[in-house]
Amino acid sequence: MIKICDNAALDLRRADARKALESYECRILVCAGTGCIASGSQVIADTMRELCKELPNVTVECSGHVPHIGVAQTGCQGLCELGPLVRIEPWHYQYVKVKPEDCAEIVEQSVLQGKPVERLFYRDQKDQLCPKPEDIPFLAKQTRIVLEHCGNIDAVSLDEYIAVGGYEALSKALFQMDPDQVVDEIDRSGLRGRGGGGFKAGTKWKQVAAHKDADVKYVVCNGDEGDPGAFMDGSVMEGDPYKLIEGMTLAGYAVGATEGYIYVRAEYPNSVARLHYAIAQAEEAGLLGDDILGSGVSFHLHVNRGAGAFVCGEGSALTASIEGNRGMPRTKPPRTVDQGLWERPTVLNNVETYANVPDIVLKGSDWFHTIGTENSPGTKTFSVTGSIANTGLIEVPMGTTLREIVYDIGGGIKGGGNFKAVQIGGPSGGCLTKEHLDVGLDFDSVKKYDAIVGSGGLVVMDEHTCMVEVARFFMSFTQRESCGKCSPCRIGTKRMLEILERIVAGKGTMEDLDKLEEIAKFVQKNSLCGLGKSAPLPVISTLKRFREEYKEHITIKKCAAHVCEALKLYKIDQEKCIGCTKCARNCPVDAITGSVKKPHAILVNKCIKCGTCLSGCPVGAVHIE
Amino acid sequence: MSLLHVTIDGIPVDVEKGTTILQAAEKVGIQIPTLCYLKGLMPDGSCRICTVEIQSRGRSKMDTACSAHCSDGDVIFTESESVVKARRGILDMLLSNHPTNCFTCPSNGECKLQDLCYQYGVEKTSCPGEMTNLPVDDSNPFFTYDPKLCILCHRCVNTCHKIVGCGAIDTMERGFESVISPAFGMPWRESNCESCGNCTAVCPTGALTSKRKKTFRPWQIQKKVRTTCPHCAVGCQYDLLVKDNKVVAVEAADGPSNRNTLCVKGRYGSFDFVHSDRRLTDPLIKDRSTGEFRKASWDEALDLVATKFKAIKQEHGNGALAGFACSRSTNEDIYMLQKMVRTCFGNHNTDNCARV
Repeated sequence: MIKICDNAALDLRRADARKALESYECRILVCAGTGCIASGSQVIADTMRELCKELPNVTVECSGHVPHIGVAQTGCQGLCELGPLVRIEPWHYQYVKVKPEDCAEIVEQSVLQGKPVERLFYRDQKDQLCPKPEDIPFLAKQTRIVLEHCGNIDAVSLDEYIAVGGYEALSKALFQMDPDQVVDEIDRSGLRGRGGGGFKAGTKWKQVAAHKDADVKYVVCNGDEGDPGAFMDGSVMEGDPYKLIEGMTLAGYAVGATEGYIYVRAEYPNSVARLHYAIAQAEEAGLLGDDILGSGVSFHLHVNRGAGAFVCGEGSALTASIEGNRGMPRTKPPRTVDQGLWERPTVLNNVETYANVPDIVLKGSDWFHTIGTENSPGTKTFSVTGSIANTGLIEVPMGTTLREIVYDIGGGIKGGGNFKAVQIGGPSGGCLTKEHLDVGLDFDSVKKYDAIVGSGGLVVMDEHTCMVEVARFFMSFTQRESCGKCSPCRIGTKRMLEILERIVAGKGTMEDLDKLEEIAKFVQKNSLCGLGKSAPLPVISTLKRFREEYKEHITIKKCAAHVCEALKLYKIDQEKCIGCTKCARNCPVDAITGSVKKPHAILVNKCIKCGTCLSGCPVGAVHIE
Repeated sequence: MSLLHVTIDGIPVDVEKGTTILQAAEKVGIQIPTLCYLKGLMPDGSCRICTVEIQSRGRSKMDTACSAHCSDGDVIFTESESVVKARRGILDMLLSNHPTNCFTCPSNGECKLQDLCYQYGVEKTSCPGEMTNLPVDDSNPFFTYDPKLCILCHRCVNTCHKIVGCGAIDTMERGFESVISPAFGMPWRESNCESCGNCTAVCPTGALTSKRKKTFRPWQIQKKVRTTCPHCAVGCQYDLLVKDNKVVAVEAADGPSNRNTLCVKGRYGSFDFVHSDRRLTDPLIKDRSTGEFRKASWDEALDLVATKFKAIKQEHGNGALAGFACSRSTNEDIYMLQKMVRTCFGNHNTDNCARV
C-alpha cells in the first residue's frame, strides 16, 4: 500500500478510491455481521465470488460485454432475523434469507440483467413486497450515524472507507484545528458516553487534556460488550473498524495521547481479526502510527482481548486487565482521567462513543444537537432481541419512544402476542412496561423508571415471559460474573439468587419477598463498583412493576406465564380423556390414577412435572393449568 | 496549600487535599472500624465496613472512609443510624458465609469479625444460605488456609503482592465461588509461596493461621519481649510471645528494617533453640585422651583458642589463618570478627556466609 504522506495525497487517494468504487457496474454486498455469518453468509460470499469468477465466459457469450463486478463482505446490515442478507447495487435490491442455491439465480437475473428476484424480497406485515432497504419499515425508520457505513462498504477496505468520506474529519482536525478546539467541539456537542453511564465525553477529554505534564497519556476503548443480548459495539467493530480507529485517533490528538488500546471481548473473534487488519492497513497508509499524514502527530493503537469476564466492562477492571492483572474494579479516587491505565491520565470511552467523534468533528457540534434530545443529543444504537418480529441492530435518535422501536421498527411482538415489558440496559438495567411505551428513551428519562439505557440492549418480552424468572436469570448472571471483591455484591447477589430460586421453585415465603427487597437495596447502596450497584436493578424494577406476579408464585404457587417448571400444574381434561391408560403406564412416579376407559386424574402431590403424560396423550387431554 | 475544613462527628478538623476520611478521623482520635484496610497501601475497599455518612452541599451519601477523600465543608458521621445499619448489613452478609463455631477456631479472641459482630450486636445472620465448603489447604508446613473462614478481605493478597512482592496468591474464580489461592489452584506448598507468613499476620479471621497458634490462646500470652531476630544481619524487630515462661511464637514489630514484616526463618525458625535441651550453655573443650567434651570456663576456652592461633601463625605465617562468620551473627559481631582477622591474624582472609 502506498503511504499517504500529506493532506493533498489523501484527497488524491479519495478521488481514486471513489473512481474505483464507481467503476463497478455491479456490487454484491453480502452481510458479514456475526449474525449473518452464523446463518451462513460466508458460504454465500464464497459462492458469489466463484460464480462471478466464471462470469467473463458466460457474459462474452451472452452480450460480448464483461461487467466489472465487486463482491464485498460488509458489516451488519441490521436485520439479523432475516439473514443472510445480500444487496445488489446499483439497483439497490435487498434480498433476505439467501441460500447458497439462490446465488446462481441472483447472478443470472440481477447481476447480469438488473432484474429482481422477487421471491427473495422481504414481505412486510401487510404482505407487501419490499424490494429496497428503504422499503423495509425496520430500516426506513432509523437514523444512521454510527452505523452509516455498516452494510454499505467492504468492512475491511480502507479505500472504500476513504471513498465514503473516511479520514476527512482527521485531516480537518490535524490541519485546521488545534487539539483544544477538538476537545471544545466534543464538549459543545454534548456527546455522552454510550457505554451505560452517560457521562459527558467532553468533560473526560478536557480533564485528560489538562494534564499537560504527563509523560504519556492513553486513549482506551471499551469494546467489552458483555450484556446478554447486546451486539451494538461488536457490529461497529466488525462492520466499520476504520471509523472507530479514526475516532480514537482524533481523541488521541485532542487530549495529547500517543498510545491507544482497544479492549475487545474474546467472544468477538471477527471484531478482533478485522481490527487487527484495519490497524495494520491504517498504519501502512500513514493514517496511524508515527507522523500521521505528515503532521508530526503520532498515535499508536493496540488491540487487547478480554478473557471472558463481564466485570472487565467496568473501567478500572478493564485497565487492570490490560495491565495483565486480574480484572477487578478498584475504589476511586484516583479517577481514570487522572490515573487510569498504568496510572497515567486516560480517556476511556466505549466503541459507539468514539464512532460518533468523526462526524461531530467534521459536521460540527451544532449539527449533532439537531439530532436527539436537548440533554442527550445524537443517536443511540440498540440491539433488539427477544419476542419481537424483527430481531436486529438499530440506530435511532435519542428520545425515540419505546412504541416506535417495538412496533414501527421492530414490527411488533413475534406471533402477534401482547407486549409485556422490555429489559433495557442488560443485567444492570431494569424493565419498562406498557405504561412506558410512550416514554422517549434517553439517558435521563429512563433513569426515572429504575432502569438505564446502558449500552443499549433491549430484550422484548411478551406475556409468555415470567418476570420472576427474568429476575432470577439476570441475578444468576450477575452473581456468576461478580468479581468476588466486595462483600455486598459477592454474597448479596448469592442470597438474592437463592431467594429467587426458592420462589420460582414454589418454595418462597412472603418473608422472602421482604428480605429480597431489603438485600436488593443494601447491595445497590453498598457495593464497590457499578456492577454491584446495578445488579439488583432487575429485581427492584420487577418487584415494583410485577409484585403481584411474585405474590402469585408464593401464595397460590402459580406462574401465569407457564414458565416456572415447578409451578406447572398438569391436569387431565375429564371430557377429553378416553381412559386409554397410556399416561398412567408411562408415569415414572405412579402419579396418575384411573381405570380403563374411564377418565384419569393426576395426583398433584406425587406429580414431578416431567411432562411425560402431556407428550404421550393420544387425544390431547393433558394440559398445563 | 490551602486546607480543607471538615467536621467528623461534630469535631472540626483541617486537612490537606487528598486526605482520606479515615486519615482525617485518625487525626482527631476517632476510630472507624476497618477490615480490609492496610495502612500505607492503596485502599482495597472490598469489605465496605468503614462506610460513613457524608453530608456535602446539601446532599447525603454513603462512602467508604478508607477511599473517599475529604472535600471542603464535608460533615461526616461515623456512627449515624444509616452507618450502623450499613455495617450491620455487611456483617450480616459476611456472617451468612462464615461458620460460628468460634470455640474451635485458633483465632477466637483475636478475630476482627468476631469483635465487630459483638460491637454491632450481630449475633447471627438473617439470610442463611449456601456456605463455602472448600477443603482446608494444609500443605504448607507453617500455616493453613481454611476457605470456610475466609471473608475475602484481600489483606493477604495485597500483603503478598504489594508489601512482600512475592505475588504467590490471588483471588481465583468469580462471584460466590471466589477463593484465595496460589496460581491454578495448586496446593500452597507447590506454589512460589516463600512461607514468610506475613499473610497469616494480617488475616483478620482464622482463615490463614500459623500452625503454632494451636499451642496457645491469645489471652494466654503473659508477656511480649521486643528483640532483634538473630537469624541474619538485617536486624528485624519482633516480639517474642511468652506463655508459661516459654517462647511460643513471634510477632513482627515495626522496626526500621522490617516494618511489621518477617521472613520464613524469622517468623518460624529463629527461636525454638531457646528451649532446646541440646543447646550449648557453657564452653566445651575436647579431652584429647578420651575424645569427649568437657565443660570449661570462658577464660580457659578463649586462652586455648588464642594459643592455638598464635602457634599456627608462628609456624605457617600470617596467611594460614582466616575468619569466617555465620550469617546468624549480628552486624556488630561480624565487625569484631573481621577486625580481629585484620589486626590479630594480620591478613584479609575474612568473609561471611550471608548470601541469603
